[in-house]
Amino acid sequence: MLYREAGDFKTSYQEDSQTFPIAFDRYRYWAVLAFAFLVVPFVINDYWANAILVPFLIYAIAAIGLNILTGYCGQVSLGTGGFMAVGAYACYKLMTSFPDVSIVIHIILSGGITAAVGAAFGLPSLRIKGFYLAVATLAAQFFLVWLFNKVSWFYNYSASGQINAPERTVFGVPVTGPNTEAWAQYLICLVFVTVCAIIARNLTRGSLGRTWMSIRDMDIAAEIIGVNPLKAKLTAFAVSSFFIGIAGALFFAVYLGAVEVGEAFGIQKSFLVLFMIIIGGLGSIFGSFAGAAFLVVLPVVLKLIGVDLLGWPTDLVAHFQLVIVGALIMFFLIKEPHGLAQLWRLAKEKLRLWPFPY
Amino acid sequence: MSADFLYGIEVIINGLMAGVLYALVALGFVLIFKASGIFNYAQGVMALFAALTLVGIMEGEVPFSHLINAVFGTEIHHFGWEVPALLAILLTLVVMIFFAWAVQHFVFRHLVGQEPIILFMATIGLAYFLEGVGDLMWGSDIKTLALGLPQGGSLWVEDITSGLGGDDFYGFFIDKLDMVATVVAIVLVTGLILFAQYTKQGRAMRAVADDHQAALSVGISLNFIWVLVWSLAGLVALVAGVMWGAKSGVQFSLSLIALKALPVLMLGGFTSIPGAIVGGLIIGVGEKLFEYMIGPMVGGATENWFAYVLALIFLVFRPQGLFGEKIIERV
Amino acid sequence: MKDMLTPYVTDDGRQIGETLMDMRNITLRFGGVEAIKDISFNIQEGEIRAIIGPNGAGKSSMLNVISGFYNPQEGEVWFRGKKRPPMKPFQVARLGIARTFQNIALFEGMSVLDNVMTGRLNHMNAGLFSQALWKGRAEREETENREAVERVIDFLEIQAIRKTPVGRLPYGLKKRVELARALAAEPKLLLLDEPMAGMNVEEKEDMSRFILDVNDEFGTTIALIEHDMGVVMDLSDRVIVMDYGRKIGDGTPDEVRNNQEVIDAYLGVAHD
Repeated sequence: MLYREAGDFKTSYQEDSQTFPIAFDRYRYWAVLAFAFLVVPFVINDYWANAILVPFLIYAIAAIGLNILTGYCGQVSLGTGGFMAVGAYACYKLMTSFPDVSIVIHIILSGGITAAVGAAFGLPSLRIKGFYLAVATLAAQFFLVWLFNKVSWFYNYSASGQINAPERTVFGVPVTGPNTEAWAQYLICLVFVTVCAIIARNLTRGSLGRTWMSIRDMDIAAEIIGVNPLKAKLTAFAVSSFFIGIAGALFFAVYLGAVEVGEAFGIQKSFLVLFMIIIGGLGSIFGSFAGAAFLVVLPVVLKLIGVDLLGWPTDLVAHFQLVIVGALIMFFLIKEPHGLAQLWRLAKEKLRLWPFPY
Repeated sequence: MSADFLYGIEVIINGLMAGVLYALVALGFVLIFKASGIFNYAQGVMALFAALTLVGIMEGEVPFSHLINAVFGTEIHHFGWEVPALLAILLTLVVMIFFAWAVQHFVFRHLVGQEPIILFMATIGLAYFLEGVGDLMWGSDIKTLALGLPQGGSLWVEDITSGLGGDDFYGFFIDKLDMVATVVAIVLVTGLILFAQYTKQGRAMRAVADDHQAALSVGISLNFIWVLVWSLAGLVALVAGVMWGAKSGVQFSLSLIALKALPVLMLGGFTSIPGAIVGGLIIGVGEKLFEYMIGPMVGGATENWFAYVLALIFLVFRPQGLFGEKIIERV
Repeated sequence: MKDMLTPYVTDDGRQIGETLMDMRNITLRFGGVEAIKDISFNIQEGEIRAIIGPNGAGKSSMLNVISGFYNPQEGEVWFRGKKRPPMKPFQVARLGIARTFQNIALFEGMSVLDNVMTGRLNHMNAGLFSQALWKGRAEREETENREAVERVIDFLEIQAIRKTPVGRLPYGLKKRVELARALAAEPKLLLLDEPMAGMNVEEKEDMSRFILDVNDEFGTTIALIEHDMGVVMDLSDRVIVMDYGRKIGDGTPDEVRNNQEVIDAYLGVAHD
C-alpha cells in the first residue's frame, strides 16, 4: 500500500501529462536527485568515480541518445561509437582553438556538431529501412573512425595521433586534465545527465515523441496521418546524435583525458551502447539508466568475483563476460523486449497491491 | 603496356579473388536469411569458432582447459594426440551441426514471428556469446592453421606474365593460397546452388523461403529446414574460416570478415545468391582499386570503409540492391 | 434523380453542399496491370459516399489515390475547388483528409491516448526548444489538443481505455480507436476502409451509429468502402460501384440497387 495511485486525482491535463503522475514516484525522484547531488559528491573516491559512477553517467547519456533513435523512432544505429568520436574530437578542437570559452559551452557545442553529422548520416534513412539502415550506419562508424585516424588536423598534428584534454575549469574548479578531483568529474557529468534526461523526457512525452513513435510502430500509417517521415527521422537522428555527442565529449574530456580513436570509439562501443538499451529497455528513459548501470557494473562485479575472489586469470573472466552479455541479450530479446524497465514496472504493479495479493 | 596499367590489372585480379571470399561469406548470410528471415550477424564469429575448433581438434587440445585449470588447479592442456586434418574437419562439421541445432532450439525457435530487426539484434548477442564460448573452449591466443595449404606468391604466374610489360614490371604477384581459396569457394558456391535447385531438401528450403505458412501446409518441417540452413551456414563458415585462418592465423580479427560481407549483401540484396556473388566481386575489386588509386592521396587504409560507403550510396538510389525484388509498399 | 452537383437537403434534413472532391478520369497502373480504369466521380460536402464492388475491384486503390498514397498515372484530383498536384501522403493529410485502414494500422506500442493524439500532430507546431523545455507553446498546445482529443474520446465512448496500450485491445475497440485517431484530425473528408470488416452485428450497429453521428454532428464528409450491403444502403447518400477497375454504377442506393450491370457483377455473369 506504500506505492499507490488511488486517491491521487488529477484536476488538469497538465498534471496528467507530467513526468511522474504518481505522487510516490515524484518523491522518490526528488530523493534520488538530492542524494546524487548532495550526498555522493562528499563521499565519492577515485575508485568509485573511475570504475563505476562517471562511466555510468556518461553511458547513460549515450544510451538515452541511442534510445531516442532506436527505442522511440525505431531506427537501429550501429554508428554510436563513431558519433561519440565526433563529439570527442569536436570538443578537443574547440577546447584547443578557443581556450577562453567555458568547457560547458564547448561540450554543448560538441553535441550540436554531432547532431549535424548525425542528421547527415541519417539522410539515407528515408530510403533505407530496417537492418539495411543498421548496416548503413556502420558506414558512419567506419568512415568517421578512419577520418579521425588519418586526418591529422583533427588531432592537431600530434605525433602520437592521440588527443589529450588540457585543463579547463568550471567556477575555478578543474574538471578536465590530470588535476581533476573525483567529485568534480562526477558532478559535471551528473549535471549533464540530469539536464539531458529531463530534455529527453520532455521531447518524448510531447508531439515530437509521438511523431517518432508513430514512425517506429508503423511508418506508412504515420505518413498517411500526416507525419513527414523525413523530418521525423532527421530530428530523431539529430537529437539522438546531440546526446551521443555530449557523451563522447564527456567521455574524452572528463573521463579518459586522452583518447586514441580506434580504441575508445570503435565498433565495440556501438554494440555496448546498443546492448545497454536492449537490456535496459527500448523506448524508456529509465531503461537507459538501468542498462548503462548494468553493463558498467557487470564487468566490475565479475572481476571482483572471478579475479579477486576465485583467483582466475583476467582473460578467462573477460571471456565469461562475453558469454554472459551475449546470453543476456538473447534472453532479454526473447523474454522481455522492454528490458529492465519492464521488470521494474512489474515490480511496481506488485508494490501497488502489497501486502495484499489482489 | 605500361607497368602502372599492368599493376592495375594485378590489383583487379587480387580484388576478384578477395571478392570470391567475400561472396562466400555473404552466401552464408543469404542462406539463413532466405530460409528464416534472420540476418545473421554471427556468421563471422561462426567462421572464427569453426576455425578455432578445427585447430583445437587437430592439435588434440582439451576443450575448456583454461577453465578446468582455473577451477581445479590442474595443469592439463593437450590429450597428447593429433588428429588428421580430414577427420578433424569432419568432427568440426559435427560441432557446427550441433551448434546449428542448439541455436535453433534455444534461441530462434522462441523468436519466430518477431520483427527482423529484433532477430538481427539477437544474432549480435549470439556473436558475443559464441566468441566467448570459443575463447573459453580453446583460449584466445593466435593459432596457426597447419592444413598444408600452399602459401606465398606463385612463381609460375609471375614467370609467365613478366614478359607482358617493360623492364619495371616483374609479372603478376598472386598468392597461391588465394588461388586455392578461389577454387574452393567456386566449388562450394556451385555445390550449394545445385543443392538448392535439385535436391528434395533444397526444394523444401526454397519453399520455406518463399512462404512459411504454405510450406508448413504441405508438410515441410520448419524446424528441420532451419537447422539445415544453420548447418549449411556452419559449413560455409568453416570453409571461410579455414581459408582466412590459413592466411592470417586464427584470431579474433577473423570474425571481422562478417563486417566485410555486410556491404556485399547490401549491394547484392539479402535474398539473392547471384547478388551475393556479383556484389562480392564488385566490392573486392572496388576496394582494392580504390586503395590502389585514391588510397595514397588520403592516407591509405580506405578498405575499412570503402565498401560501406559504396553500398550506402548505391542503396540510396536502389534500396532493394542489385538483384533484390522491387519493394512495393502497401497498406 | 436529383442534380448531384448542386447543394440539396436530404430526406432526413441534412444539408449537402458543393462538390468537395472531384476525381476526373483517374487511371492507376501497377506495371502492366490497370487497377483503376478512367474513373470519374465526385464527393459533395456533407454526404456519405460509399464505394462498393467485388474483391479486387480497385476500391482500396481508389481510396489510396484519394489519400495520396498512390499517384495516378492519368487524371486529375480536385479538392475544394483546386486541382491537387501530385503530393506525398503527409501533405494530403494536411489538406484535411484523414482515413482508417482495412487492416488496422494503429501504433501498437503506444497508449490509446497517444494514438489519438497523433491524429492532432498537424495542429501542433511548437518548436524543438519549446518542447525540450516543456514550456511556453509546447505546454499550451499539449493541453489544448488534449482537450480536443478528450472530446473525441468522449464522443466515441472510449474513456475507460484511455491509458491502455493499443496492443492489448480487442479488435472491435481497435477499430474504434482508429476512427478516433482519424476524427481527432478534424478532417474535411474522412475515408473509411471497411470500417465494419470482421465485426459482429452489435459492433456493426455501434459503428454505424458513430459514422452517422460524426456526419451529423461535425458535418464531416465521409467516403467509405464496405462489403455489408445492408449497412451501405442504409448509411450512404450515394454509392459508386466498381468492378475490374471500372465504374459500373453511380447514384443513390435505390438507383444502384436496380442497375442491371451492378446486379450482374454481384451475381457473377461471365465477363467477356
